[in-house]
Amino acid sequence: MKLDSKIPSGPLSEKWDKHKFDINVVNPKNKRKFTIIVVGTGLGGASAAASLGELGYRVKNFCIQDSPRRAHSIGAQGGINAAKNYQNDGDSVWRLFYDTIKGGDYRAREANVYRLAQNSNNIIDQAVAQGVPFAREYGGLFANRSFGGALVSRTFYARGQTGQQLLLGAYSSLMAQVHAGSVQIFPREEMVDLVLIQGKARGIITRNLRTGEFNAHTADAVVLATGGYGTAYYLSTLAMNSNASAIWRAHKKGAFFGNPCYVQIHPTCIPRSGDYQSKLTLMSESLRNDGRVWVPKNKGDKRPPSQIPEGDRDYYLERKYPTFGNMVPRDVASRNAKEVCDDGRGIGDTGLAVYLDFKNAIADFGRKTIEERYGNLFEMYHLITDEDAYKTPMRIFPAVHYSMGGLWVDYNLMTTVPGLHVIGEANFSDHGANRLGASALMQGLSDGYFVIPYTIGGYLGGASLEKISSEDDAFKNALASSKGKFEKLLSIKGNKTVKEFHRDLGQILWDKVGMARNEKGLKEAIKEIPKLREEFWQNVKVAGEAETLNKNLEFAARVGDYLELGELMARDALNRRESCGGHFRIESQTEEGEALRNDEKFTYVSAWEFKKASNWELHKEPLIFENVTLTQRSYK
Amino acid sequence: MKKNISIHLKVWRQKDANSKGKMVSHTVNGVNPDMSFLEMLDTLNEDLIKKGEEPLEFDNDCREGICGMCGLVINGTAHGPNSGTTTCELRMREFQNGDTIIVEPWRAKAFPIIKDLVVDRQSFDRIISKGGYISIRVGNAPEATSILVAKENADLAMDAAACIGCGACVAACPNSSASLFTSAKISQLRLLPQGEPERNRRALNMVFQMDEELFGNCSNHAECQAVCPKSVSITHIARMRREYLKAAIKYVD
Repeated sequence: MKLDSKIPSGPLSEKWDKHKFDINVVNPKNKRKFTIIVVGTGLGGASAAASLGELGYRVKNFCIQDSPRRAHSIGAQGGINAAKNYQNDGDSVWRLFYDTIKGGDYRAREANVYRLAQNSNNIIDQAVAQGVPFAREYGGLFANRSFGGALVSRTFYARGQTGQQLLLGAYSSLMAQVHAGSVQIFPREEMVDLVLIQGKARGIITRNLRTGEFNAHTADAVVLATGGYGTAYYLSTLAMNSNASAIWRAHKKGAFFGNPCYVQIHPTCIPRSGDYQSKLTLMSESLRNDGRVWVPKNKGDKRPPSQIPEGDRDYYLERKYPTFGNMVPRDVASRNAKEVCDDGRGIGDTGLAVYLDFKNAIADFGRKTIEERYGNLFEMYHLITDEDAYKTPMRIFPAVHYSMGGLWVDYNLMTTVPGLHVIGEANFSDHGANRLGASALMQGLSDGYFVIPYTIGGYLGGASLEKISSEDDAFKNALASSKGKFEKLLSIKGNKTVKEFHRDLGQILWDKVGMARNEKGLKEAIKEIPKLREEFWQNVKVAGEAETLNKNLEFAARVGDYLELGELMARDALNRRESCGGHFRIESQTEEGEALRNDEKFTYVSAWEFKKASNWELHKEPLIFENVTLTQRSYK
Repeated sequence: MKKNISIHLKVWRQKDANSKGKMVSHTVNGVNPDMSFLEMLDTLNEDLIKKGEEPLEFDNDCREGICGMCGLVINGTAHGPNSGTTTCELRMREFQNGDTIIVEPWRAKAFPIIKDLVVDRQSFDRIISKGGYISIRVGNAPEATSILVAKENADLAMDAAACIGCGACVAACPNSSASLFTSAKISQLRLLPQGEPERNRRALNMVFQMDEELFGNCSNHAECQAVCPKSVSITHIARMRREYLKAAIKYVD
């Protein structure tokens, strides 16, 4: 099968407008004849479901939480980028496009990224009209700040809760459509399989998490907006219920998986404190606007930070990257933190942390200003660590945060399975090998509000869709096999808990498919993960019953999927014998230790086709750059 | 390194909505004071699973105080002893070795129990669906700077918008009123010029739905404000009442 990215012809800046004109438009009267399933209610899912409902489609929207408002987009703290140039600092759609392509280490499609930058401005207009309370200045205009990888202030924010406010904006539009009768919400209902009829995505099987009941839902198109797969690592900044099962099961039904090894390890998280730890908490990257990152100059310097004089401190980011300083992109900041810790200069009990110091900022701007900018983050830090970051520097360490990889989609956000669309973090498309700060919210909303509502019409208007029912064999079989899988999990009654398996897998992934990878480690991971998977299916101990709320059973099914996905991540990382963005192969670095790409061999998207257990076929989508020149990324 | 402690729990266990529930005792050993309260419950659950018993069900998701999914009544107080925090933000350093902690679900007619400590809060979604939004079509939004908002109003609106919809206000209220929740949304949209056109309908319809869901009335106990993890102020309730009264006089549907 040949991958067709369906990128429109013509000049970069005109592609999207031209494409919107070229694709089919569904007659308003016919829209209500189409049912669209949207799985997930985060920024992508909620904005897509609301927009599609508003257009007149019948929408069924599923979420695993008790309310659509809980999706983990809500956790995004820092902000959302837009090329508004309100600060008159020379920003433009082109600059946002360029920063994003460069930030992703030239491993994203030009056309997708340009469209994202174009849509960024509409998103701000849309959110403001919805009543999202962005930070304002006294004149009533917007306050902006800057984020890593950019030299302009283009980030809009609502205190440290930008994701929450944007999500509640999308949720409010969604609830308006629920009221209007165009969208039906299915809370606490998890997608467990995708159903294909004549090769097209025609519905899903769900499990009602309250009752354990399995249901078949038919549709004319399916949109997955289920987020990333960072929870495969066990410890991450993701929510406890975030998972990869929807995209993984779609992958096994024929959707190619794009760039699974591109995972973002975020530099500013609160370090882990013990084995009981269930998740890691992120401190927004915006803190790096005013905080200075440092470690002691000398190995093993165990003095408390206040007693380490300036001369004995190494502000390593400022030293190595004078232009961007503390504002280098996330992958660069994380890798450097790892490097100083590997060098024996990490701080705290574990030696796995660096300082983020606000002393200078407080002296320059006063405590009140810093409180206004980051008050809630300092509070959160205090709650978790019992330390006052106004007085002593924060301790931070990198943690798994975002997956740039995801299901492969074309320019219309459709996968290799006709009718199956994937938006937001769940797809692979816009961030290349590294995502810049404040770009995730932008992509989720761009896909949901401004791309899928048009491109799905292009599919529905042109597809010949036969009449189907949930009684069809395809649905019955998928339902039976899903049910069988959950029954099997309960019947094993082994000796090792789901959490123990998950933790073991996380350890393999963190050590061998984490911040720095090499051939030896990856080959070990490719052996160890299937072994662990085999053990899982023979020896897992799952508690409780099938017919009531049973979170242990839900987790068991998800861990079963991570045990397959983890192997693919390692295989993809092994195949890509270059370093780019968040994917750092120790064998491929510059003399200064920066990620060294191999453009000649690897300027492509890896799209993996599932064949059978431990067996995938690699397809390559070449990345063609007509507008930017590929250079060694430099933030010096 | 801090010394581990032991904790005795009395928790509400209930099989499902139709079964009768009861308090059950458990002991958790090896509790690190830096653990979160929910990690302490995770530890209990791992023990129960290993013993072949049913783990305790409790809702949680982000574990950083923003999604609004978690919510337990701990020793009689919604979200536990600290003000301005959610259950997931509570750390075990607030407790002493050997303490007995009583853990219960939110209790309100409008929040039926699903299992153990998990309740159904869909009534909140239904309140929002009756007007907690500005009716704007995608693609039709005017340029963002065409709507100026004074910083003071933007900040006040943000104070209200910070509500995470956890339901602690209902759990703490002697009348099980959802006034703080409902007023936070009405107030946010009232403070912004975008909310003006639908102002009357919004106040009437959302308050009507709040009553339909069997939430009680507000009688100014202010317990809600005391437990609210985002410190949403009861002045929003006052604003909601003004809005409702004005709308009721002006607007007969």
